Amino acid sequence: MSSAIPASLFEQLSHQLSQVTGFIYPNEVETQWAILIVVYPYITGIVAGAFILASLVKVFNVVEVQPIYRLALLTALAFMLVAGMPLQLHLGHPERAYEIFMTPQTTSAMAMFGFVYLWYLLGILLIEIWFEYRAQLILMAQQAKGVMKWVYSALSLFSKDLSPEAIAFDKKASKFVTIIGIPSAFLLHGYVGFIFGSVKANPWWGSVLMPIVFLMSAIVSGIAMVMFLYILVSLLRNEKLDMRCLDKIGLFLLVAIIVDFALEALDYIHRIYQSEESIGILAELVSSRLFTSMVIVQLLLGMLLPLVIIAFVRITRVNEDMRRLLYFTSSLLILVGIFSMRWNVVIGGQLYSKSFRGLMAYKMELTGIESLMTALLLLALPFIILTVLYRLLPPQWLEKNAPAMVH
Amino acid sequence: MNKREFLKDAILFFPAAATLQALAPAAEGSAETAKTPADYDATRHWYGMGVDVDKCIGCNRCVEACKAENDVPEEPFFFRTWIERYQIHENGETTVECISTRAAPPEQAEPEDPSVVRTFFVPKLCNQCAHPPCVQVCPVGATFQTQDGVVLVDAERCIGCRYCIQACPYGARYLNPKTRTADKCTFCYHRITEGLLPACVEVCPTEARIFGDLKGKADRLVRFHRVNQISVLKPDLNTEPKVLYAKLDGEVR
Repeated sequence: MSSAIPASLFEQLSHQLSQVTGFIYPNEVETQWAILIVVYPYITGIVAGAFILASLVKVFNVVEVQPIYRLALLTALAFMLVAGMPLQLHLGHPERAYEIFMTPQTTSAMAMFGFVYLWYLLGILLIEIWFEYRAQLILMAQQAKGVMKWVYSALSLFSKDLSPEAIAFDKKASKFVTIIGIPSAFLLHGYVGFIFGSVKANPWWGSVLMPIVFLMSAIVSGIAMVMFLYILVSLLRNEKLDMRCLDKIGLFLLVAIIVDFALEALDYIHRIYQSEESIGILAELVSSRLFTSMVIVQLLLGMLLPLVIIAFVRITRVNEDMRRLLYFTSSLLILVGIFSMRWNVVIGGQLYSKSFRGLMAYKMELTGIESLMTALLLLALPFIILTVLYRLLPPQWLEKNAPAMVH
Repeated sequence: MNKREFLKDAILFFPAAATLQALAPAAEGSAETAKTPADYDATRHWYGMGVDVDKCIGCNRCVEACKAENDVPEEPFFFRTWIERYQIHENGETTVECISTRAAPPEQAEPEDPSVVRTFFVPKLCNQCAHPPCVQVCPVGATFQTQDGVVLVDAERCIGCRYCIQACPYGARYLNPKTRTADKCTFCYHRITEGLLPACVEVCPTEARIFGDLKGKADRLVRFHRVNQISVLKPDLNTEPKVLYAKLDGEVR
């Protein structure tokens, strides 16, 4: 026998053990997937959602949303660059992560994530952004001086062609990439749902609806994030908002919330009606451990309240300032609500014993790798990246500097 | 070389280099499934364990032997095997406790609860499923099933993602805080391939645990299987456990 596990782990597990009610298997005291695995589907969902919103412009010609097209793409990229980090950090052996690419096991849902992620980042997002920005990058390289001239030339991959044919090709290519991008975005996040939904050992996760629910909530969170950023950026930069665009985003958000709500409701109705072996412990889980985060935050504050607010805005047509304030509030509420949805899935699924006889507890660490601090850093990082991207690739640059090029 | 040729070569070169690099450790890994004696033929065995619930007295020796034999952390959060105590009360209610997490055995006999009409102990361990969900989900193939039917973890390869721990319906896995890799019962693979018994079986004073080879004709486990009414845990999950319980109460999950 040997001991000497890290003191902080011992303290955490002892505390969690003291909070156990009923009977659990002894290895279940430790929360295997903690706060970082809550952050991971949250960030990935925003990527998929923001991209799908952007694709409405290109594929379905929703012209009203054009003003946020580039913002949505940059948002997707900023979050995408961070999406893999929580996974990497939570591994017991992060230095072996490359094995997932080198010797993936084909039966593992998780093994494919690396490939789906890389495909989406390199095959879709970067290519789409490059075609979208190519002309602008060439022009910026022409106007810039010193190092930035080189940076922009390099970003444009030293292309120089600004002929109408080349511009037309950019448009065509970007549309083509978007068309492939939509199923890819669905794949990216539906797949994250499958990682949970395919675990038959855990009835809280194991549901065929899980990928679809994840996808719909991803779309909700992505649209809400772009809406939030659009309003925030316009405030910070003192730019005028396009209210037609904002109203249109509001409409998409409303529809997405309704579909998301319907799907989640269906999942719960189905569970309650089928009333399988696990229903007793799951009911106890929801009414005790998850009551605040699920019933209050996820359902009431994060879903029904913004649903009512946006519906109210659309029915009453209040004045612009009020509308903007209400949209801003709703988008924030939704972002908090979807975060708690991720929490309730990931942590919730580990708060009841697979013996169906007891409940566990999760005590989040404040510092360390798997901690609140890391989670907050990871959640802040996409905004920092986005700030850099926004300066490097100003979305409105063409309108101001080369209006003739705007398509 | 023109631009087109350069691009073509580059497109071929990078994936090819990556593939070669990938194949090197894979080839190495497939050869060393587990360290076994030279004359050991894994294909001739299919190991399992029988548990006679009526015989278990809850002495916890198996748990202690397992921890000592396999270097399992002594803290009460990590177990390759453990004992559950079930108490059936007059009103039909069942209370369950894991007696292996107790710091020390009680010094005096616990006073009897008059409402308890029946009580029994159930040893638990990895079920060495023939159809193991933990193996299916491992992203790097670090957890695998040997040809003789034992599910093992290659600690040199495990990345510590914990997906296997989530996928196990029996709570049989944990993340070893010392190695930062997934860990579980191996049926004492290092012993059984030498012809010895697993540590827990060796020390059991009542022979509540029967280790054996389901491919062996005159094996004790085969006989155990034949003469007892056998149940397995959570059969609805189709994991096909090879830990076979005799006289198992329906309350046990």
